[in-house]
Amino acid sequence: MSKLSLKGVIKRFGEHTVCDGIDLDVNEGEMVCLIGASGAGKSTLLRCINLLETIEDGEVLLDGEDISLPGLNPQPVRQRIGMVFQSYNLFPHMTAAENVMLAPRRVYRKSRAALRPEVTELFERFGLADRMDHYPDQLSGGQQQRVAIVRALAMKPEVMLFDEITSALDPQLVGEVLDVLRLLKGSGMTMVLATHEMAFAREAADKVCFLKDGKIVEEGPPDMLFEAPQHADTQRFLERALK
Amino acid sequence: MTKNTAAGKTRRQIYEDRLRRRSLIVACASSLAVFLAVFLLVPMAPGWDKVKASFFNWEVFAKTFPDLLRAFKLDVAIFLWSAPAIVILGLLVALARDTRNPALFPLRILGAAYTDIFRGVPVVLTVYLIGFGIPGLGLPRPWNSPYIWGSLALVLTYSAYVAEIFRSGIDSVHASQRAAAQSLGLSEGDSMRFVILPQAIRRVIPAQMNMFIALQKDVALLSFIGPVEIFRQAGVFKSLLANFTPYVGAAVIFLAVTIPATRYADYLMAKQNRERS
Repeated sequence: MSKLSLKGVIKRFGEHTVCDGIDLDVNEGEMVCLIGASGAGKSTLLRCINLLETIEDGEVLLDGEDISLPGLNPQPVRQRIGMVFQSYNLFPHMTAAENVMLAPRRVYRKSRAALRPEVTELFERFGLADRMDHYPDQLSGGQQQRVAIVRALAMKPEVMLFDEITSALDPQLVGEVLDVLRLLKGSGMTMVLATHEMAFAREAADKVCFLKDGKIVEEGPPDMLFEAPQHADTQRFLERALK
Repeated sequence: MTKNTAAGKTRRQIYEDRLRRRSLIVACASSLAVFLAVFLLVPMAPGWDKVKASFFNWEVFAKTFPDLLRAFKLDVAIFLWSAPAIVILGLLVALARDTRNPALFPLRILGAAYTDIFRGVPVVLTVYLIGFGIPGLGLPRPWNSPYIWGSLALVLTYSAYVAEIFRSGIDSVHASQRAAAQSLGLSEGDSMRFVILPQAIRRVIPAQMNMFIALQKDVALLSFIGPVEIFRQAGVFKSLLANFTPYVGAAVIFLAVTIPATRYADYLMAKQNRERS
């Protein structure tokens, strides 16, 4: 059984259909990359998975359990699915450590003292040990994004969603964030990424999906998709993207 | 050649020095002209001697000032117990107006009606209606005090404004902050309390300070329903001495409080604008 499974997911904003019948299976420990032009529906799809958006039709299954059931309380689901955003979205009025500890404190009712050791360990693991008590505006973009990843990880999610997390970064800072993703993949995290980093997708993904106009036009292992794209749209997109 | 050898200044610096000197001279000259005009022309007005005697009588000023200052303590006291109530009620109304829970829908309507009504009625009218109306119900002794109901009138009016300012602050926090909070599994309430509100409140502090400066001045409206605060005290002196100078004294006392407070609010506002850009 797939860890995460989407069946015929449809999402509309008014008249505009953003996700038009998406089927997708993500196995435990897999990294799936969604590629495609801006507006193809990648971000919206991720937001549908952790219920930041409600879907019009279809199903989202987590461990075979329908989490898109209308009326379902989204909170417990979101605790199991972490998300990292393009614009980091750290809480600017809290230090890095406070950002990370807020949700475990409130949701798991743990004290700061009880959390401090494991949070410190997370910061150390991602090379941020000396940044714990800095405020977001005292951190570089790459550091902020890594703190955002740590913040999501502190909830011990089973699946992580990454929404173009390197798109807002200066080119020289992209590497340090991609390193974190490699580290996470090494630890067996199940991950779905919307990304424009073709080289990274090709190197690290287990599966790549090309989206256009809210549909998955083509999917497959990165070697196959990048070397021998079958669909004309995929070929055109890759030609432009890899130039 | 880019350097002026004599002064060691670039020609740009020399040019800017000259501009600065010129604007300084112009500013001084025009200020002097205006002040001279006021000092020379106003006393030439036919009624000046009378106005001077009844508004700017130094003896009356010196004699009444200590009592005015004492009466002003009451204004400060009314301000001090009204302000916290306004912050709390304003925040509650702002939250009520933003609630999405259908069970709380009546609260939302009430919140909207409340802000509409109390922002739509002149403060002095609210002071009259509540300050005379409620004690008119024939309440027993401590409960017919104009202090209570006058303060309540101020609290109700100012909470309506303060609530709207809080609401604009809440709306100004970007939706991505709420999304980030929710994606971590935080409840709506926790997202509001720990993520949205702290940012919203910080942003509206300068605007709220301006509201509270206005409140300090509007405390004087309670004089209409009884309490002998500074404005009323000045009125008493005016009748007693047949002289308007006590009003000037009262104005001086208000300014001593409001000008520093206004400057401070402006400073906070400017600082915030700098930080955001």
